[in-house]
Amino acid sequence: MSEDLIKTDAVIIGAGPVGLFAVFELGLLDVKAHVIDILDRPGGQCAELYPEKPIYDIPALPVVTGQELTDHLMEQIAPFGAEFHFNERIETIEKIDGGFRLVTDAGTPFECKLVVIAAGGGSFTPKRPPLPGIEQYEDTSVYYSVRKMDAFRGKDVLIVGGGDSALDWTLNLQPVAKSLTLLHRRSEFRAAPASVQKMLELVDSGNISFKLGQVTTLHGEDGQLTGVTVKAPDGTTFEEPTEVMLPFFGLTMKLGPVANWGLNLDENLIPVDTEKFETSERGIFAIGDINTYPGKLKLILSGFHEAALMSQAAHRIVYPDKKLIFQYTTSSSNLQKKLGVK
Amino acid sequence: MARITFIQPDGTEHTVDAEPGMTVMEAAVKNSVRGIAAECGGACACATCHVYVEEAWREPTGQPEQMEEDMLDFAFDIRPSSRLSCQIKVTQELDGLTVRIPEKQF
Repeated sequence: MSEDLIKTDAVIIGAGPVGLFAVFELGLLDVKAHVIDILDRPGGQCAELYPEKPIYDIPALPVVTGQELTDHLMEQIAPFGAEFHFNERIETIEKIDGGFRLVTDAGTPFECKLVVIAAGGGSFTPKRPPLPGIEQYEDTSVYYSVRKMDAFRGKDVLIVGGGDSALDWTLNLQPVAKSLTLLHRRSEFRAAPASVQKMLELVDSGNISFKLGQVTTLHGEDGQLTGVTVKAPDGTTFEEPTEVMLPFFGLTMKLGPVANWGLNLDENLIPVDTEKFETSERGIFAIGDINTYPGKLKLILSGFHEAALMSQAAHRIVYPDKKLIFQYTTSSSNLQKKLGVK
Repeated sequence: MARITFIQPDGTEHTVDAEPGMTVMEAAVKNSVRGIAAECGGACACATCHVYVEEAWREPTGQPEQMEEDMLDFAFDIRPSSRLSCQIKVTQELDGLTVRIPEKQF
């Protein structure tokens, strides 16, 4: 959240496997990087969508889970000391003399010589229930995340969902809210059993109410919610008065601010060349699932390859006067020193 | 080969051929059927391949397992016929299967 200017060689947007491996390839060539990701931890889709699912097509690893792959990559890139900025998203990129100036949604400014977009399927953002007119209530009555608990003090709050976010915020906001109702489509929860237990105790003691059903209609005016219509599992409907609604339906990937950076786009993908994986803007590269070129395959291994080739071009930008000599990690004492193994 | 029909919210129908062994989601994506996002690629991790199975096909397609039922919590407008199409495996017995695509996957 710092507003002090951060100066670095490269800013990598996205801490998925490809963004992480870019740290490695850039690091071998002495290009220093900062990594920004909207999630609260590294791994991207591997961490968010399938941490426990086995992946079978990583070369030399017959089977590895998304989380293991992420952990291995974090270990592999550790020697390069890249700095991570989680829970932040790059909002703007501006061309400046000698590179780029980037600012995150939290206001953190960066100045760098090159940008590597490794944003995969885009930025993970909370799912917005497709309820007619929901936009008019967003940030006044409908919230997809809690930034300040105090905003809910003394309010009638309706939380919708049955996952960890829904349950955690039910427990956290209960002491603050005037009244709190948890609404879920069924009486089973995917959330941690301990949280479910605590929630049920609050229901028993009369501190919160729990109702079964799904929201079908929003009521209110001028951005101020007054209530919602709920369809119960038996098909009947009822009105639930509330001032605030917090729907928690997980995350979805949206291209997000990338669309505003003036890059050529092809159906939400960024076209690149296949020598440097550079976009239509010199010095801005795109690797991994977010790019497109003839023959593109959305595979982690393709992203790794792209990271290696991109890094060659990155070196020329950061060290225009240095000749790059190709070296192997198996034999180069110089590379081994960087890796901390010699 | 099994024929699967997808019905869009506006009533448009799209019938595709599916190989036994693939999933209904894969059959949709392979044939560019609109409205099946399948963001996670079939890992039962995103709930963006939600469909409503037509009444006659509810029994042959079976019931969601625990993980799928949990994931359906992250879909919208859940009905008793709701399934995640990545969890329905195509078999020869499903020849003629008809599913409806929701208004929105989110």
